[in-house]
Amino acid sequence: MNTRRELLRHGGLLALLVGCGALTMEQAYAADAPGFDAKSLDEALKSLGGKAADSKDVTITSPDIAENGAVVPITVTSALAKTEAIYILVEKNPFPLTASFAIPEGTEAYVSTRVKMGESTKVYAVVKADGKLYSAAKETKVTLGGCGG
Amino acid sequence: MADPMRIRAQAKDGVTDVRVLMAHPMETGFRKDATGKTIPPHYINDVKAVSNGKTVLTAKWGQAISQNPFLQFRFKGAKAGDKVTVTWVDNMGETRTDEATIA
Repeated sequence: MNTRRELLRHGGLLALLVGCGALTMEQAYAADAPGFDAKSLDEALKSLGGKAADSKDVTITSPDIAENGAVVPITVTSALAKTEAIYILVEKNPFPLTASFAIPEGTEAYVSTRVKMGESTKVYAVVKADGKLYSAAKETKVTLGGCGG
Repeated sequence: MADPMRIRAQAKDGVTDVRVLMAHPMETGFRKDATGKTIPPHYINDVKAVSNGKTVLTAKWGQAISQNPFLQFRFKGAKAGDKVTVTWVDNMGETRTDEATIA
């Protein structure tokens, strides 16, 4: 399948370097996907391009209280023109940047998924539209943390 | 090979809504097993959806996406009878591609 080959080829050089021990797996992935190894919200935002302006055109939907921190539904939409990417960041997680979606033309600025939260935290939706960053945040309380034992 | 994804794609008023449920342990690398050993990270980090030869979504994921990931997205330009293909690749290089017909 072309899509699979493309994806594998893209990671091929990095995989080679990881295999040689020249790069750790985390570093290799981070080279391809900036921000995922950032340990704080600010660090993650910096790697996405800097500060995000609060915007009412970005909506983030998440429960006020999540019974199970391992499966918290998050939906993000953007009404901004030229939305090209949507990012989801969970502030108090060890690695706040959780997902980054590239929205090609013809695709709606809408994504919905489920994330893990270690503790009650703010979840940020950051949208890149026309090269600039915009954000919205929502606090979700967790009764049972979802990162591990 | 991993278990198949469940993909439901529905076209209405020119917009195709796609819901995907992937089967994957999505280990964060923070959990320990019964003997106290840390379970290594094993999670999907790349997702791509294609329809009619056009990429309609690409995503990069970290380890905080829930186990058996759910993903929903919407795009224009396809109609009932067209196909949508979803591919994921994980941090260990495993991969899976599944296809669904748009209803």
